[in-house]
Amino acid sequence: MTTETADLNRLATPPTFQSVSGARKFKNGVATALVYLAFGIAIIPLVWVLYTVIQRGLPVVLDGDWWQKSLSGLLSRQQGGGAYHAIYGTLVQALVCGLISVPIGLFVAVYLVEYGGRSKLARATTFMVDILTGVPSIVAALFVYTLWITTIGFSRSGFAVSLALVLLMVPVIVRTTEEMLKIVPDELREASYALGIPKWKTIVKIVIPTALSGILTGIMLALARVMGETAPVLVLAAYAPFINYNLFDGPMASLPLMMTTERNNPTQAGFERIWGAAITLVLIITLFNLLATVISRWLAPKTK
Amino acid sequence: MNERIVAKRPAGTGTTGARRGVPAARPDSEAPIPPTTEADQKAPHVRPGDRIFRGLATGSGIFIVVLIGAIGLFLLLQAIPSLALDQVNFLTSREWSTGDVTNLRFGILDLLLVTVVSSALALLIAMPIALGIALFLTQYAPRRLARPFAYVVDLLSAVPSIIFGLWGLFVLGPVLTPFAEWLMDALGWIPLFAKGNVSIELGGTIFTAGIVLAVMILPIITAVSREVFDRTPVTHIEGAIALGATKWEVVRTTVLPFGKAGYVSASMLGLGRALGETIALMIILSGTNEAFGWSLFDGGATFASKIALAAPEFNDPKSAGAYIAAGLVLFVLTFVVNAIARSIVAGHKEYE
Repeated sequence: MTTETADLNRLATPPTFQSVSGARKFKNGVATALVYLAFGIAIIPLVWVLYTVIQRGLPVVLDGDWWQKSLSGLLSRQQGGGAYHAIYGTLVQALVCGLISVPIGLFVAVYLVEYGGRSKLARATTFMVDILTGVPSIVAALFVYTLWITTIGFSRSGFAVSLALVLLMVPVIVRTTEEMLKIVPDELREASYALGIPKWKTIVKIVIPTALSGILTGIMLALARVMGETAPVLVLAAYAPFINYNLFDGPMASLPLMMTTERNNPTQAGFERIWGAAITLVLIITLFNLLATVISRWLAPKTK
Repeated sequence: MNERIVAKRPAGTGTTGARRGVPAARPDSEAPIPPTTEADQKAPHVRPGDRIFRGLATGSGIFIVVLIGAIGLFLLLQAIPSLALDQVNFLTSREWSTGDVTNLRFGILDLLLVTVVSSALALLIAMPIALGIALFLTQYAPRRLARPFAYVVDLLSAVPSIIFGLWGLFVLGPVLTPFAEWLMDALGWIPLFAKGNVSIELGGTIFTAGIVLAVMILPIITAVSREVFDRTPVTHIEGAIALGATKWEVVRTTVLPFGKAGYVSASMLGLGRALGETIALMIILSGTNEAFGWSLFDGGATFASKIALAAPEFNDPKSAGAYIAAGLVLFVLTFVVNAIARSIVAGHKEYE
């Protein structure tokens, strides 16, 4: 009985991979361990950075003044004051940048998905969007400097910063919107055309609303990204320790600029301001990221 | 073609179209509809709304193409007058003095070396780790946890680079000091690990900068590689499993050969990021006027950090032009690296 079963189970030809030998098992184990280790290594800096920021910054921002006052009238070694001016500048510069970038980004994505097809221009545009994604922020800042300040003759201002941020934000919006528009089913477009609705109205009323949750998510993430950009504010805006409502003229603070400025301040007050601004920036960016998640949950197309 | 489809709709739905100014030829009865006339087919009626919208979309596409050209052009225009005044060779000199406009002396060799060495170090550290993470996320991690894990790695890219810079200089640098000293003692005879031109206790060396850069480019390399590895045909994997391969053998024989090109281009994208990273390096690298001596424990300046450091004091267009010339070189450098990365991906479009 037993011998018969053994005979039946015997393979006609030897298996390609021999039964798992010690060496193969060992290699497999090593590879698995390394792969898990790699993931672990990536977590370390993330946790470490966040821990540093929270540990050093949290006591500073727990003070109510931080959110309601600027540094106006304070000496650099005097403790106290707040980041109100810098928060205002960061948000305003990012929002103005968003107002300019979103329409451009949307139209480019619409062009690529709905009109461009496989034309030469469409391929060139895709390529250039990719290149724009990789343009260093300092180069974007220098470009705005040469165009806006040297050539046209405007002064350094918050608006110039917004313009540089546009260069960094547009490609992100194009990429995410493009992905979202691509997955809108063609049946929806065809149904709309069948009703005699013009193409542009189909895009505005059918295609974009269907993809809206993804597009808004992309916009939120792009905004979060540009708010942390530091190179443009260094080149294109001067720091002011007080609030400046004029976007088009005069020095304007922002959180990254506040950090680089206070870096030269060796006192305890400087230390507090750097890490206070750091945690504020992280909090704002986290908020926008959360908003992106909420939007994508809320507005996602309801499917039964 | 669309016109024809429209024309065949039952009358009830035709009202929408009629309001939009579709040719009034649409009958309201159920009577058979005459085919679109020859004239319609030759010159389809384009609505003004469509023409405007199409124009805006195409214009935006053209705008992006022109924009890249404009970046190069404007940087070049601003750089030329200063380059003409440059007293030393722009490409091979290590000098950088732009204070005296009548005697501009600037060359990019030192910037180029520091930029390339710190980016190469970052790439060397990040590439294997990113490969591991991408494999972990696509092949090893439990299916349900793969997405949240990927999200955690993406969070690294949400941290602003200025915060990485502050962390690198004030927290990581001091922690690395003993390790750096050990490297210098044990391997100091290799130029790369020789004693550098800045004090190591302050942490502001290319060594620290490279490690911070590696952390910063990890998310992009991981994200792109992950996407490629995810597309490995299931049949290949199943085939390998059916032949009795271990997990590692499956990965080695199917996932890696399939995703190699994608992984290489992902790394190039990471390199592009590292080359252009500005603020983290400006904060970490200690300013020194001594030339780069091929040691990882040197200080120095990269293209981006040099420009950022000087930017607040761009007063004279001639001296600013020197920095803009450096920016132009950086632009060309990142353009080339990114273009190569993209063309590798484009060459393997059939995977998609």
